[in-house]
Amino acid sequence: MVGIVVVSHSQKVAEGAVELARQMAPEAKIAAAGGMEDGSIGTDVSKILAGIEAVQEGDGVVILVDLGSAVMSSEMAIEMLEDSSQVKIIDAPIVEGTIFSSVEASIGSSFDEVIEVLAGAKSYKKF
Amino acid sequence: MATKAEVLDFIRVYADKMAEHRQELTDFDQAIGDGDHGINMSRGFKAVMEKLPTVYEKNIDDILKTVGMTLVSTVGGASGPLYGTAFMKAGAAVKGKEELSDEDIILALDEAVGGIQFRGKAVEGEKTILDSMIPAINAIKASIADGKTMTEALVAAEAAAWNGVEYTKTIIATKGRASYLGERSIGHQDPGATSMAYAFQAIKEVAEKVGV
Repeated sequence: MVGIVVVSHSQKVAEGAVELARQMAPEAKIAAAGGMEDGSIGTDVSKILAGIEAVQEGDGVVILVDLGSAVMSSEMAIEMLEDSSQVKIIDAPIVEGTIFSSVEASIGSSFDEVIEVLAGAKSYKKF
Repeated sequence: MATKAEVLDFIRVYADKMAEHRQELTDFDQAIGDGDHGINMSRGFKAVMEKLPTVYEKNIDDILKTVGMTLVSTVGGASGPLYGTAFMKAGAAVKGKEELSDEDIILALDEAVGGIQFRGKAVEGEKTILDSMIPAINAIKASIADGKTMTEALVAAEAAAWNGVEYTKTIIATKGRASYLGERSIGHQDPGATSMAYAFQAIKEVAEKVGV
């Protein structure tokens, strides 16, 4: 199953997005990598790396980010992996992206299919 | 030239500066960013100081890499990956060294600035760390080419770095959260350029102490 890592400056935002997604896709492999080790605001490369490793099953991992250093820290975490070929940061809204990708991954879709759904999450109209 | 003891001293002096200027850097960041630069940098370097005794016996490259790794996990903001990458790249440039020649120092700084450019996808003139770092490195190269000593070169580097900080007051931010402010970012100095100028101040102070 494709894994999902949610990287936010806020631990609560990351955990909240995961909580929402789990309601719809309880089987999905999702990791919240928000905030710093002590729970303060920020992004932490080690936490992201641990998140990727926790959800990696060999079918690829998508990373959802909020802004700024979430992107840079995720890039650094990816560079530290031995095999980063199937790990990708996706430019999508973090909450919607987490839900869409979790549902898609949990029905057994491929890495590319999950990425395609996430591309749609960016232009998804709420009303 | 720089010995391992001087490299360690630089890290200590810089960590002190980040603690000392914590509020000032935060105030600069509050004006144009998210107001956490001083807090983040002092938190990161406090963690570095706790980690440093574990690498006293290692080579300079291991010391610099450890500083970088600690920063990326403890700073929290964009300055974590940026300064972290800079220290890791500088370390990789001087692999296995117990002592740095002037050429090594310049190479390490070139690699560090390259790392920041790669990570931040930025160039000079975008109101970032680079606006004090690039002029400082250029000043070192020009001074050494003129036959000056490394200490003299570092004095010129610090002056160039602060000139760069002044220059950031005149330009619009196009990177990071300050870019949301557009023209309103004019008139404010960049916090990242400022914290980098303190790095060159720290290097200079260490060099003046030993008088190389």
